[in-house]
Amino acid sequence: MTERAQRYTQDPLFWRAGAIAATIFMSMVLAALTIDTLRQITPGSPRVPAYDVINNSVAYQYDPARAEYAPKIGGEELIFGHKYSPEEAADLIGKGKLVIQSRACIDCHTFFGNGGYYAPDLTRAWMDPVWSIYAGPKRADKLAAFMMHPLRLGARAMPDLHIQRDEAEAAVAYLKWMSSVDSNGFPDRFGAASGQ
Amino acid sequence: MYRSQRLGLKYLTASTVMFGAMVVFGLLSSIYYIWPGFLLNVFNFNSAKIVHIDGLVIWLLMGFLGAIYWFLPQELEREVEGIALAEILFWVFCAAVAVVVVVFIFVQYGSATEASMWFINQGRKYVEAPRWAALGIVAVMVVFAYNVIGTAFKARKSTGILTVLMFDLIPLVVLYLDAFPEIRNMSEDLFWWWWLVHLWVEATWEVLIGCIMAWTLIHLVGASRRVVESWLYVEVALVLGTGILGLGHHYFWIGTPRYWFAIGGFFSALEPLPLLGMVVHAVYDAGSHHLRAANRPAFYWTLAEAFGNFIGGGVWGFMMTLPQINLYSHGTQWTASHGHFAFWGAYGCGVIAVLYLALEKSRGYEGLDGRAWKWSFALLNIGMLGMVGALLVAGMDQAFYERAIGGSTWGAFLAMEGRPWFVEGMWARFAFGLLFACGYAMLVYDLLATRRREVAVSEPMAAAGS
Repeated sequence: MTERAQRYTQDPLFWRAGAIAATIFMSMVLAALTIDTLRQITPGSPRVPAYDVINNSVAYQYDPARAEYAPKIGGEELIFGHKYSPEEAADLIGKGKLVIQSRACIDCHTFFGNGGYYAPDLTRAWMDPVWSIYAGPKRADKLAAFMMHPLRLGARAMPDLHIQRDEAEAAVAYLKWMSSVDSNGFPDRFGAASGQ
Repeated sequence: MYRSQRLGLKYLTASTVMFGAMVVFGLLSSIYYIWPGFLLNVFNFNSAKIVHIDGLVIWLLMGFLGAIYWFLPQELEREVEGIALAEILFWVFCAAVAVVVVVFIFVQYGSATEASMWFINQGRKYVEAPRWAALGIVAVMVVFAYNVIGTAFKARKSTGILTVLMFDLIPLVVLYLDAFPEIRNMSEDLFWWWWLVHLWVEATWEVLIGCIMAWTLIHLVGASRRVVESWLYVEVALVLGTGILGLGHHYFWIGTPRYWFAIGGFFSALEPLPLLGMVVHAVYDAGSHHLRAANRPAFYWTLAEAFGNFIGGGVWGFMMTLPQINLYSHGTQWTASHGHFAFWGAYGCGVIAVLYLALEKSRGYEGLDGRAWKWSFALLNIGMLGMVGALLVAGMDQAFYERAIGGSTWGAFLAMEGRPWFVEGMWARFAFGLLFACGYAMLVYDLLATRRREVAVSEPMAAAGS
């Protein structure tokens, strides 16, 4: 090491300049990526469908072109016998989120894999094979009934969180909308063991 | 002793109490995995987990505040500015934490209304505290920032460590504002939530503990300030240089664009580097003092912090951070294994090191080197390593069988809960959790016993003096 380089590296101010430069540069890159990401995850974008997608059928299938699983949105398939306008759907989803937060669902379950690890992931709960025997509107009713009066499933029992009918409907709508979000193939091989 | 240091001791005491609460509710949480019907509809798993993880955050936050109120007046050789306000807010902080814990235990949840968000539970992991309490934490942090910056201005001087700390206070306060929003779009909600969780834990807190450990090394082994400050700047450059975009490894699966695979994967793979730097730094300073220090408990906890941070945060994090692996490991007990190891190594051990350092200095007491601290050191670390190992086995089993083979459905999840490796993992975690709790009890015994010994020594001396 030359004498000059040695002088620089032994001076804390040299390293301070490096710390400031690294922080500023990375913060600027993060800011730029944040702007782009927020644009791409606004409801109504290809990655995150608008809230009124709850009026359509939503499936999760293997996409050979992407070599991964992806949500597939189909034709009209109403829940609770009602076709929601965009505004009504947004309100319902907002209420569903309040149900999820007020009952701290995320501290047992996971959403997109984030949360507690005590109960199943809810990202694709809407099309989980456990509900596959109930088609379309019937499935929404069964899911709502389950939330209001939980049953024991295998080794896990969901507690009774005193969820009211209107709250259960909002939470079911939320799960249906969430299942339409493109999460880059997570979870993989969904339903593989059950032949779905 | 400065008033600020007395306040520091109060914070460290409160922090130790919260550490205990966190251990109790952690043990409780582990029981639900063994007996799933445990306390069903009385005190559900999510309530126990909330007190466990929020207790973790408050334990460490109080520990950091205690450490800084302890070191700051020594650094600037003057009383901390606005100390009276800080003293009042300490009691407000403790009262608020107590009220929130009571609400979490006895009320637990509310209906789907804004009032529930304000007064009961916000239902966002780590920041479940109702909004009124979150506002209180912001107030405490703002006063804390005023204490640090105001004191430096009054003293008309700053040091390298203090400069880093002052800049770090900005994101520490600002990012916490992210505890308030209620965004209906889960993708966006999680996007911002990770700003708080990741940028606090893997960036702001890392810098904060870097400052605390820098002061610790100066006071503990008389490390050269010039060397310590140079290392601190290198660590800041690496922590923020890798950690800010390392945020991307949380953006693989929440609906965010695919470019986060490359950015998150690359930068989070580099994240162990600053942690390795901290190990090199600690070993260098300890080695240059022949691995000896008068305060052996603080010294060993400092080394445990350096290695624990690197292995728990760095190596364990790297193990599951690449998207190809994370696709299956994400959201399993593997994550819990990393979380336990990283929080313990990076922050828990550091807070305990400061605790012993403060204990020695405040009491002018040289005889900390008894048997109790060695027992607590061994029990806590073996307990933690055992829990981490058990969760790793259970988590890997989950990643392979539930995720890769089973296809991640409810049925695959529930089948997993009965698999032998998972069940044995949960029992082992509980057993090592008990060991960890014994280590905590021994730590408290040692802290209290030291005080008794000091009184026993000082009374005859006082009598002889009179």
